[in-house]
Amino acid sequence: MTKKNSSMIQRRLIPTYIFLIIVSFISVFPLYWMISAATNTSVDVSRGRILPGGHFMENFNNLTAQQPLWRALGNSFLYAIVTTLVCLLICSIAGYGFEVYHDKWKDKLFSILLLAMMIPQVATMVPLFQMFSKARLLNCTLGFILPMISTPFMIMMFRQNARAFPIDIIEAARIDGLNEVQIFFRMFFPTMRSTYAAAAVITFMNAWNSYLWPKVIMTDNNSLTMPMLIANLITGYVTDYGMLMCGVLFCSIPTMVVFFVLQKQFAEGITGAVK
Amino acid sequence: MNSNKKGMTLVAKQKAAGWAFLTPATLMIVVMSFYPMVRAFIISLQTGAGANMRFAEPIFSNYQRMMADKVFIKSIGNTFLYLLIQVPIMLILAILLAQLLNNKDLKFKGLFRTCVFLPCATSLVSYALIFRSLFAQEGLINSILVKLHILESGYNFLGNAASAKIVIIIALVWRWTGYNMVFYLSGLQNIEYSVYEAAKIDGANGWKTFWGITVPLLKPTIIMTFIMSINGTLQLFDESVNLTKGGPANATITMSHYVYNTCFINVPNFGYASAMAFLIFIMVAILAFINLKVGDTRD
Repeated sequence: MTKKNSSMIQRRLIPTYIFLIIVSFISVFPLYWMISAATNTSVDVSRGRILPGGHFMENFNNLTAQQPLWRALGNSFLYAIVTTLVCLLICSIAGYGFEVYHDKWKDKLFSILLLAMMIPQVATMVPLFQMFSKARLLNCTLGFILPMISTPFMIMMFRQNARAFPIDIIEAARIDGLNEVQIFFRMFFPTMRSTYAAAAVITFMNAWNSYLWPKVIMTDNNSLTMPMLIANLITGYVTDYGMLMCGVLFCSIPTMVVFFVLQKQFAEGITGAVK
Repeated sequence: MNSNKKGMTLVAKQKAAGWAFLTPATLMIVVMSFYPMVRAFIISLQTGAGANMRFAEPIFSNYQRMMADKVFIKSIGNTFLYLLIQVPIMLILAILLAQLLNNKDLKFKGLFRTCVFLPCATSLVSYALIFRSLFAQEGLINSILVKLHILESGYNFLGNAASAKIVIIIALVWRWTGYNMVFYLSGLQNIEYSVYEAAKIDGANGWKTFWGITVPLLKPTIIMTFIMSINGTLQLFDESVNLTKGGPANATITMSHYVYNTCFINVPNFGYASAMAFLIFIMVAILAFINLKVGDTRD
């Protein structure tokens, strides 16, 4: 009887399955096409070829001959990793501080900091550009990371998650003679691994994908990032689609790997601050 | 014992530690966000370039100039068009998908979720370029339409104002629906499944439970995703720059894109660009405020 019941339920779900299959196809297809186009010549791509071809190395060689691919990949990794490490350190300490030592003044300060979420990037772009060129911070890692390492979103995420951290542990550690900094690094840090993983994934993705800010301060071709490099590929009169998609593929591989390996953490990172 | 020697009690030490912990992050936000915002307002009152920046006569002349700037007004119109059409489509689709995927009887849930979520793994520049290529005159969409004999020859989607806007909207929906769905899924997981069972026993159909249970219980999440989408849409940049390059003839240019062009592409005019950027800030703030208010009073 239950079997009959469940087959009836499944039958009733058929429209749902059809809808979900269509949506899934639309979601995945452009990415499949990107990978497939990276292996085809521009002519084949324009003719509407969907199947993968054998011209990947040709596209790849054209790309490396025209653009400093390895340099941009290296830069993007360097900027994104340094941003992630520094951002996690600064924001987790702050989130912990706001939650564990909270009082009226800290709560007020926190709600003021949240207002920074509403400040658009283009509004701070000009003053930051002026500040950074005066301080000779153009074309360097420090210039890239400084505006990104402290965000209200990340502080909020760590603050929210620090709520689950038992205050008893802190008290016990104090009695054992650990100072406040030691408590943070020896007690909080190890127990909050999953929060750190989620925060790391989301920060890395944001840093890797950022475009406006690097476009403003990376004026030198040697410091360009992957998104900037692939955007350069459409500046000519004729677009080589095979080569373009080859570049897009290289720009997407790191974030796709992170997505598939750490999808759970990525989803947690996105929603992390709103639990 | 050692700690008491320095003349600071443990409690005072803890207090000091608390403030010390949040100082670096607070300082960075003040220096990298609040201070530049104030500077942006001051710059918006100035004209000239480089070291020759001086206050404008009359002081709000940059703001007056905006009102007569046809491209800027067009960019406001475009941005709000994206906001009014794309955001509702995307959010409704996202809630609907979350509701469907939250069904306990559904099989391959994980696979469907991964597929819908996958577009979030691509960078904004990447997907803008993918859609640019798909919708190019010699792109895949055109080849399919020609093969199906719907079109005789390739249609220039990105060369026509109306269709270029539609392509941007399609691309935005593609990229961000899964992202918003994740919020709703995690919100739905907080709703007891028994609530739905009870509704089913009471004879409520899928449509009724959706409007009667899902939407009201997700309200805080919906408001939050709405604010985030408004904020994101008003700041649209990567898509406008890379998908359509703002064209044809500024038909799809967004506010942020125009501000950027005013700073770094056309004859640089930091004062005027800052005035426009400051207006974007005011818009974001007002819309977020209205949203929060609406969310509050309905309870």
